[in-house]
Amino acid sequence: MDLFLSVLLMLGKSLLLIVALLVFIAFALYGDRKVWAAVQLRRGPNVVGPWGLMQSFADLLKFALKEPVIPAGANKGLFLLAPFVTTLLALSAWAVIPLNDGWALADINVGILYLFAISSLGVYGVIMGGWASNSKYPFLSALRSAAQMVSYEVSIGFVIITVLLCVGSLNLTDIVNAQDTRAGLLGWYWLPLLPMFVIFFISAMAETNRPPFDLVEAESELVAGFMVEYSSTPYLLFMLGEYVAIMTMCALMTILFLGGWLSPIPFAPFTWVPGVIWFVLKASFMFFLIAMVKAFVPRYRYDQLMRLGWKVFLPISLAMVVIVAGVLQLTGWAPGH
Amino acid sequence: MAAAAFFYLFAGITLASALMVIAAKNPVHSVLFLILAFVNAAGLFLLMGAEFLAMILVVVYVGAVAVLFLFVVMMLDVDFAQLRQGFLSYLPFGAVIALMLLVELVLVVTTYIVQPGALKGPAPAAPSADALISNTEALGRVLYTQYLYFFQAAGLVLLVAMIGAIVLTLRHKAGVKRQDISRQVARTPEAAVEIKKVPFRQGV
Repeated sequence: MDLFLSVLLMLGKSLLLIVALLVFIAFALYGDRKVWAAVQLRRGPNVVGPWGLMQSFADLLKFALKEPVIPAGANKGLFLLAPFVTTLLALSAWAVIPLNDGWALADINVGILYLFAISSLGVYGVIMGGWASNSKYPFLSALRSAAQMVSYEVSIGFVIITVLLCVGSLNLTDIVNAQDTRAGLLGWYWLPLLPMFVIFFISAMAETNRPPFDLVEAESELVAGFMVEYSSTPYLLFMLGEYVAIMTMCALMTILFLGGWLSPIPFAPFTWVPGVIWFVLKASFMFFLIAMVKAFVPRYRYDQLMRLGWKVFLPISLAMVVIVAGVLQLTGWAPGH
Repeated sequence: MAAAAFFYLFAGITLASALMVIAAKNPVHSVLFLILAFVNAAGLFLLMGAEFLAMILVVVYVGAVAVLFLFVVMMLDVDFAQLRQGFLSYLPFGAVIALMLLVELVLVVTTYIVQPGALKGPAPAAPSADALISNTEALGRVLYTQYLYFFQAAGLVLLVAMIGAIVLTLRHKAGVKRQDISRQVARTPEAAVEIKKVPFRQGV
């Protein structure tokens, strides 16, 4: 009976988290389009609901009610499995993210590794979709994405290692608590590890196929990349998975570098604000930065992308791992000393 | 009880998908079943409390190695009917390998020691009784202290393999134009643009 109750409780919590996340994503998508429009001196979505706030929900209905088309030559099972894999993986990452102290659904010891593993699996949705479509452009896009995501995972891994060296734990809650110093804003890891923060920010965009690294769906070369043959709900799932993955990356940056749920100013009126509000504000700020990048940076060329990943980020992050480890060891700041 | 149920679920799916790896007609399906087998093996690791190994299995094998497998298999145009023709002639060879693996597995599972004298190494450091250390920490402690030289040697082997792969595939074709990014970035307007006054009706 106890087991049954705890399972029920867990299900309820998960459902609550997913619903809250999806509603937040709907407005984030609207915000993304508004920022993009504002940079280009357009109005953006402004018709559905007050200030166009309901635009994402109208889009949802439109996608869900249209007819899904499956190409005759497609590998039907894989074709339909691919969008589900993308969305499912993106959502499952949120199981370990602590929105506030002790709010993580699963506060596991290897939380950061779990997130890293899940984000590295995201490539399968793209590869499966691209291959199963049995069409030229999706296939080219699948090949591109395989190489791109594997490349940037390497530097993301090294960035995570430098943070872990400072924390001494793989648990996400511990990572946030380690940043809880008296210095508030200045005690978070973005300041001492600024180069890694920048590398992580750029790599996160490459890992989630955001512009300027959206070579997977570069419309001037590949029409719409791996999503060419997709329509209706499967397409919606792909888009949803993409945005959830971006939000996961924003949350990860918040946890690793911006002190998670901690208040930026560590005294009275600010510490009364619930941690989850700080978390959402910080994640939204990161999302805003990513939206701005989309608006004003031109798309990279494929060879430039590969060069940036392997010849610039990899040596820098590798050197930083050595430097950070050396500094921690020599100064005796290393955790567990 | 729940753990047992999950064990049978993961083990069952692992075995079934391992079988499908060799049974599937389409090589891409084979690789995808292989990935399913990896993921379920990670689940088995989790059940045993080896969370670090489980996550590393997913990150390394599923996230990187299998992606490259899939990459190569999708590029190849393999005719599997033709490939299966030599099945009977390779059967004895395959059977010998399978037999060797079986013997090894039986030896490991029954913990039968062929030569007890060979085991005279330093006893593995027992985890200190006071600390509730996670298995990541426990692994790190033995890996970087007691087995440091083996760890370094493994790194060297991988390095040699990497250099070997690069040497085998690196070709410098003559007459290919390459970009030199630092030279492009270092170019100044003075070096790139020449401003000329063009006299009217005379041209340059």
